[in-house]
Amino acid sequence: MVRDVTLGQFVPGKSVLHRMDPRAKIVLLLAFIVMLFVSNNFLSLGIMTAAVLIAIGCSGVSLRLYVKSLRMILFVVLFTAVLNLFYGRGEPLVTLFGFMQITANGIKNSVFVAVRITELILISSVLTFTTSPTDLTDALERLMKPLKVFHIKVHEIAMMMTIALCFVPTLLEKPDKIMSGEKARGADLESGGLMQRVKALIPILIPLFVSSFRRAYDLAMAMECRCYHGGEGRTRMKSLHLGTLDVSVIVFTAAFSLAAIACNIWLPLGAAL
Amino acid sequence: MPILETQQLSYVYGEGTPFEKAAVKNVSLTIHKGEFIGVIGHTGSGKSTLVQQLNGLLRPSSGRVLLDGKDIWAEPKKIRDIRFRVGMVFQYPEHQLFEETVYKDISFGPRNMGIREEELDRRVRSAAAFVGLKDELLEASPFEISGGEKRRAAIAGVIAMDPDILILDEPTAGLDPRGRDVLLAQILNYHKQRGNTVLLVSHSMEDIARIADRVLVMNNGSVAMFDTTRAIFARGEELEEMGLRVPQITKIMRDLQHAGWPVSSGVLTVEQGVREMLKLLKERGESHG
Repeated sequence: MVRDVTLGQFVPGKSVLHRMDPRAKIVLLLAFIVMLFVSNNFLSLGIMTAAVLIAIGCSGVSLRLYVKSLRMILFVVLFTAVLNLFYGRGEPLVTLFGFMQITANGIKNSVFVAVRITELILISSVLTFTTSPTDLTDALERLMKPLKVFHIKVHEIAMMMTIALCFVPTLLEKPDKIMSGEKARGADLESGGLMQRVKALIPILIPLFVSSFRRAYDLAMAMECRCYHGGEGRTRMKSLHLGTLDVSVIVFTAAFSLAAIACNIWLPLGAAL
Repeated sequence: MPILETQQLSYVYGEGTPFEKAAVKNVSLTIHKGEFIGVIGHTGSGKSTLVQQLNGLLRPSSGRVLLDGKDIWAEPKKIRDIRFRVGMVFQYPEHQLFEETVYKDISFGPRNMGIREEELDRRVRSAAAFVGLKDELLEASPFEISGGEKRRAAIAGVIAMDPDILILDEPTAGLDPRGRDVLLAQILNYHKQRGNTVLLVSHSMEDIARIADRVLVMNNGSVAMFDTTRAIFARGEELEEMGLRVPQITKIMRDLQHAGWPVSSGVLTVEQGVREMLKLLKERGESHG
């Protein structure tokens, strides 16, 4: 059920990527994503693919988990790929039903889109598999610090994200219990039309909201008891440092990106086909 | 006459995944009509998983549950009817209250059964009376009454379905000592008046010793013992090996007996203990005087 969600799940470990500064990882992820979309021919895309595969290899996370996270978006990949197939420009190679035309350009687009989305998911998975949610929000808080200029409460946003992530498992457990309780009183959740089903959810949703609010009050109280008063003047238990490891990974990524850009420039658009 | 039977009942969580875990293994037991059964076992021994299979909330991985001799999963579409006949009160049942008023919440179960008007009103009021909820509370919101009252309201919601078998999973958890005693007395009273079968899951050996006819001891997903209350609590050492214990008074009386005092070893409640001690004092008094 809900608990089988692999996308965005942290896998504890000691690999190179686990030990990296989460800030560097987030920035590199963004760079990767930009590069995936900048790469416009097969060679540059191939270079990025190699980089993604190396990252997966370095993450020390079993390949099965990556496959599992891909399986969930398989439909999206196939859907966009098929759609792109019919939206290419140029001479049609095949015509289906008189109006659906497949062109060489369409095939190329469709492959590109499929590869890009797949790699996008894979490289994001590398980040979430190797970074604990708290590290992730911590890093986000640091990276968003400049936004303070616009009076955005960066610390508060990061704290909300941390709390939300922490409570996901607890909140997933609760509906199960409440559902059993209401089913024991004859609540019928499995049959009936749409309206009936929506109505049948009321006995589940109300207790769920009530318990979530109660939990939120308890947590707020507990935080205040420990003198939490927002981000002002707060020091960190774990301070983040950029080390030689991070620098070398950044250099490595930069090298791949430069290679991909070089391919883009010297092999003009579509030249590979 | 057996009202509820299980045959080689097993339940496996997460079947086919790396997290596969057998919570209940090969449980066969017979429960007779009108019995009061206590269910004990340490945390994770499979008690809750077992009782959730008895009213069809969990479907057994293998084995059968027979209610009045009929497999409850013979017609999966009619499983709701089984849940009406085997009422289940979960741990912290007050977390599942949802209606605008206590009255409406208690009537949720019976209304799902198709009961209306006078009969519905009669059931709600008698269930509320059984758990000691005052009439004026019935019109209050279930979110503004006290914790103990919420617990009572939630239990009344199951009693109002008038189940043949009532299963209570730690109904007294988190209540103060007085609240516990009162609630247990009300459950016992309900059991005596209606003559229905009750299964009470509890961590309190004192509570179980006080009111159960027979005790089911679960250990690692299997039935470790199933016997009369007196016979179970006579096996104190085995219980302790399973992370359980006997009621304090039983242990004190047994220790006294070991020390050479002529007291009965089968004492289960403080009241019985007091009687034994008074008898002993009287005998000694007579022999001295």
